[in-house]
Order: sequence, then structure tokens, then C-alpha cells
Amino acid sequence: MRRLPLSTLLLLAVLLLMAAAAFTAPWISPHDPLRQSLLLRLKPPGSVDPRQGVFLLGTDDLGRDLLARILCGARASFAVAMLSVAVSLVVGVSLGLVAGWVRGWAAAIIMRLVDTMLSIPAILLAVLTVAVIGPSFLSLILVLGLTRWPRYTRVAYASTLQVAAMPYIQASEMAGAGAARILLRHVLPNIAGPLMVVATSEFGLMILFEAGLSFLGLGIQPPAPSWGSIMSAGRQYVERAWWLTVFPGIGLFTLVLCINLLGDAMRDQLDPRSAGR
Amino acid sequence: MIPALDVRDLSLAIGGARVVDGVSFAVRAGEVLALVGESGCGKSITAFAAMRLLPRAVTMTGGQLLLEGNDLAALPESRMRRLRGRRMSMIFQEPLAALDPLSTVGTQVAEATGLRGAAAREAVLAMLGEVGISDPARRIRQYPFELSGGMAQRVMIATALIARPAVLLADEPTTALDVTIQAQILDLLRRLAAERGTAIVLITHDMGVVADIADRVAVMYAGRIAETGPVARIFAAPRHPYTALLLAALPRLGDAPKAALAVIPGQVPLPSAFSAACRFADRCPLVTDRCRQEPPPLREMGADQLSACWHAERVR
Repeated sequence: MRRLPLSTLLLLAVLLLMAAAAFTAPWISPHDPLRQSLLLRLKPPGSVDPRQGVFLLGTDDLGRDLLARILCGARASFAVAMLSVAVSLVVGVSLGLVAGWVRGWAAAIIMRLVDTMLSIPAILLAVLTVAVIGPSFLSLILVLGLTRWPRYTRVAYASTLQVAAMPYIQASEMAGAGAARILLRHVLPNIAGPLMVVATSEFGLMILFEAGLSFLGLGIQPPAPSWGSIMSAGRQYVERAWWLTVFPGIGLFTLVLCINLLGDAMRDQLDPRSAGR
Repeated sequence: MIPALDVRDLSLAIGGARVVDGVSFAVRAGEVLALVGESGCGKSITAFAAMRLLPRAVTMTGGQLLLEGNDLAALPESRMRRLRGRRMSMIFQEPLAALDPLSTVGTQVAEATGLRGAAAREAVLAMLGEVGISDPARRIRQYPFELSGGMAQRVMIATALIARPAVLLADEPTTALDVTIQAQILDLLRRLAAERGTAIVLITHDMGVVADIADRVAVMYAGRIAETGPVARIFAAPRHPYTALLLAALPRLGDAPKAALAVIPGQVPLPSAFSAACRFADRCPLVTDRCRQEPPPLREMGADQLSACWHAERVR
């Protein structure tokens, strides 16, 4: 195992820190993210209230603590991104494995479906679906998960074709292993590398999609906070209360940038041809 | 006694080209049959046909495959799968490529047993010991990249034999190994065939390997059997010009240093150009008009030796 470069470790540290903060939000949050106070509306960052304490990042138009809402919103973002990546990973990889193993007609059908899906803008499809089935945490995950699988299928299909031609796959066929066993025990581990790279970049995209849909009011529903909905609500106060849009924006930007850079670093680690560069 | 594997009149085609044409041979339990020939003469594809794992482009157009008397062509795939690795298994030329780089030796050998847990571990340790792997308890935790070629081939053999199959198909098992390791692996195969009563079909292009290990030989040329017989007979008195030329091409100790190696002029024709008559005619020193008109049948040459040559008696 090659040692990870310092920059990668740094990215990992930032990401883990954000994830830890997101998941421990209910315990580390200084205020209740839902508690409204009309007297404390649109307080700038650093405001102090004698009874409620410090509002480090200020308050929103309903007097709720922005830091608490950002932390809580991060939790929603992570949860949606992880679950929808999981759904699309399972769907996409299964289809890719089947297409790459069976080839022929199965591959033709599955890969044409992939082409079709990739030619429809995912966000439009998601907006349409959510509009039809109604916005909720679950529908958000289903919509994102079921629109974002084709990239996994492409990668899984190509890698399966390649791995299926390896002598060790032939050897396990000779040893009497069935298709399911070969795919799960021998093909899947050997194509996991490139799939993880795709999953990482998809994770970043899912966070953006969730924010986008919530911004449009189709994602996490108020009063529950989400980065997208905080920014959307802050939009109308952007001249008086810049912090409502800037801080969630910085959070979103940092998180997605970290994830994408990490994805690049991972691809370099997994690809021996890029070693030493 | 029923042969462990009985191949009768096997014909395989890629598109219109008959790459294997009426090949028959049989191996009995404990016997080693060498299938010999140049590259492209249909040896490996014959073995794949016996496992019923032919590449998609290849179709079986005729013949029978009998494993311990059961017609393999008639079995549904689900039953065929249970025979693979249990009653019949196969090893390859590149042992390191034939092991999954991401599973340990122990897992891979255990896969063919169908056992789990401690029972599987016991069986694997015993089998690895039997194929001459030192310190099996340490080896089962290792990954293929930690093995040498010889070790990897021993692991392959262990995987192939752990379920005590009746037949082992060994496709050039020692070609990728250096000569000392080659001899050890051949000894091992020989010993295991005798001890366990496994019938071995050894596919090779190396007459030296044949002399080392085989009981009987089937020489293939361009998808047909040219000559078969007991190894001693074939080496002492080949009855097919191709066999004779193959034997003459073996370099010997005592040859003058730097003497030119004997070669057979020409090359195996492409399957699309296989002739309906004798396929060796174009390279044969004994060729006559008859060879170019009629395909020679396999004829009894005495002492269990068969030759497919019109001029078998003239071969020296």
C-alpha cells in the first residue's frame, strides 16, 4: 500500500471533520435549530443575547440560530447523499454486472437504457418526479437514487467485460462456481476500485442535487433545515442579511470541493499508470 | 471398465471452419494421456469442450463426451456445473493469472470443496500439504502476488484436485514455469494421478514433457488425431510422419554444438483453409496424390497404436 500524500490526508481530515460535525449536530449544536424568536430576527454573526447566549453565525428571518441550522442541514445533506448514492450504486452496479456477464441481448437492452437515462437531464427528471410523488426525505432519496445509476452501470459494464475475460474467472467457472458466486466473489471485488471513484464524485453531485432541489422547495421540507432551503429563504434578505446565503454556500462549496478532490486523489492512487506523477 | 473420460468423434466449428474434426480419445482412471500438437491444432478447445465451457463463437457440431459413462451433452447446465470442479477440473498455463488477485489462497482452494469453516480449513491444509506446499497454515492467508509461479501452480492443482475429480484436464500446466519447477510439477501430477486414481489429460506441445509423464499419447494436427498409442511405442516407432518430425525436432544432448535445430517446414494451416483430404499433406515429406484426394482414416498399427496416414508403414 502506497502512503497517501499529505494533501489527500488533509482533504480526508476536513471531510471527516465535516461529517463528524454533521452527525453529532443534535449534541454539539449551540441552539435548537427550530426555535423561533421574533425579537431576534436577522441578527448578524456574533450577536449576543443576554438570555440565549451567542449567535456565532447570526440568526435568520424567524430568529433561529444559523449555525444550528447549518449543522442540522449538513446532517440532512449527508444522509440524503449517502442513501441515494447507496441506492444508485446497488441498482447501477447490479445492472452493469448482469450486462457485462450475460452480454448479448441483456447488455443491449441495459446499455441502451443507460444511454437514454444519460440523455435526460437528471435534475429535470428529479424535479418532475418529486412534483408528481410529492416532496419528502424518502422521495428525495428514491428520485436521486433512481436517476443517478447509469454512470455506475457504464463503469461496471466495461470493467466486468474486462475482468470476465481474466483467466481466474475462467478458473472459477472450471471449478464449478455459478454465475452469482463468480460475480459477487470474484468480479465485484476486482471492479470495486473504479466504482469507488465514481461513487465519490456522485456523492458530491448528490449533495449539490439535494441542495438544488431543496432550494427549489422540492427537497427537505421546512421547517427542517437544509442548506438549499436556508439559502433559498435567505435570498430575499441578501442585502440586509448576507450571512444567510454566504455561510451555507461556503459549507456546500467546501464539502463538494473536498469530495471531488478526494475522488481525483483516489483515482490517482488506484491507477498505477498515474503513479509518480 | 468405463473410461473416466471418453471423447468420441468430437467435432467443433467456428462459423464454417471445422477446427476440431472427429477427434476421439479415452482416458482411464490413474492414466495420463498427453494431447500433443503445435499451437492452433485444437488441443485446448477440445478440453474446453469437455468442460462444456466453449467460447461463444465455437459450436459443437458432432460427437459425444462421456464422463464416467454419462453423456455430458445431454446434461442441463445446472447439473453440468456441479460436475465441474467435483468430477472434472482443469488447470491452465498461467497459474498466477488463474488465481483471483483479491482472494487468499485458502479461500480459493476452499471454494471447490463446498465446505465451510473448520472443515474447509482442514481439507485445504491437508490438500496443500499433499501438493507439496510448505507451511500451509501460513500460505492459506497469502494472496496470489505473494506466490511464485511454481507455488501458484501447486495451489491451482490443489484447487483442481481437492474435490477428488475423476478427470483432470491440464492445459500446458508447466509451459510458463522454469525447467526444474516443471519437473517437480510433472512429478506431482504423476504421483497424484497414481495415488488418487485421477485420469489426466495433459495438453502440451513439448515432447519432453510427454516422455516424462504420459502413459499414452494422442498427437493432434489441424483439428484431427494424427496418431495415438502408448508413449514407448510412439517414441520408438512413430507411424505418422508428423509424429516422426516432431520427435526429430527435439534437441538432444550429444547433438553437435550450434547445430541447426530440426524444423518442420511450413505451418499449421488456418482452420478456414483446412483441406478435406489429409491436412498434413502440404508439409509432409511422404506426400503422394492420394493424400491430397482422400482423408486418411485412423488405422490399427498393432500394440494399441493407431495412425491416420496412408503411408504409415513407410514412416521411419
